[in-house]
Amino acid sequence: MVLSLNSFLLVSGLLFGIGFFGVLLRRNALVIFMSLELMLNASILALVAFSRYNGIMDGNLFVFFIITVAAAEIAVGLAIIVALFRKRQSVMVEHLSSLKN
Amino acid sequence: MSFPRNGFLTRWSAVDALFIVFAVLTVLPAFLMVVARNPVNGAIFMIISFVGMAALLVLLEAFFLAILQVLVYAGAIMVLFLFIIMLLDMDEVEKLRPKTVTALASVVGLALIVLGVVYLLRADGLSDQTFAALQDAPDFPSAEQPMEFAIKTKAYGFGLFTKYMLPFQMVGVLLLIAMIGVIVLSKKRDQSVAVEST
Repeated sequence: MVLSLNSFLLVSGLLFGIGFFGVLLRRNALVIFMSLELMLNASILALVAFSRYNGIMDGNLFVFFIITVAAAEIAVGLAIIVALFRKRQSVMVEHLSSLKN
Repeated sequence: MSFPRNGFLTRWSAVDALFIVFAVLTVLPAFLMVVARNPVNGAIFMIISFVGMAALLVLLEAFFLAILQVLVYAGAIMVLFLFIIMLLDMDEVEKLRPKTVTALASVVGLALIVLGVVYLLRADGLSDQTFAALQDAPDFPSAEQPMEFAIKTKAYGFGLFTKYMLPFQMVGVLLLIAMIGVIVLSKKRDQSVAVEST
């Protein structure tokens, strides 16, 4: 039986790990943000899988809040990145590491 | 209606093959996104990964959430990403050689993730005790009956407007805060700075 809770959690863990290393190892702020989205997606998959296999609805409802928070975060984060790009002409995090100037 | 929770790879069916296909469709483009040099290619891979995730949600019988995933994530959020990537027009090549501290942190994180997956894939990684504890968890606002899993969208609305009413309204306030914040961030400064920058 491949279609079990464990397989869904394995996929979720793989996605979370990939996003985690994307955040750690990339320098481009936009790619870092996309990796954050990947981690949120992994948590969505884990929540829905637990919710499905426990026969309860709460996990599916948390997904709404996750998606909303992700949308708000992306809007604000991209606005900050654009403002920083106008200031520094770069989106690489080593050039954005100080708040001075 | 609940799936039996056996181990891996004991009996195959068409749904299992579909699950493998969708899992590959989700995980492989995610990996390609992280290793892609060009952010535009990364965003396209990300859209593919989100569509695969929506297919996995269909396998979990969360049809409404699958549609929401395609509309909001693959539609709105990734279009915003692509727009910003193309707007900024970076012509700076990214050094892919990480710092020592970052490499160390990555190795530690990889070890933790591998340990977690090994724990998960053991025969009784998630014991029935865990599931019993989850089943017997009290329904905090003490509804008469806990919300059963249902496919219809009505069930989502019911839960959202009874048990999770306060978080629902707080999320509305959060969206308002985000909107005001973005307006403040992207507003032009006073006239002297604007003249100075042009």
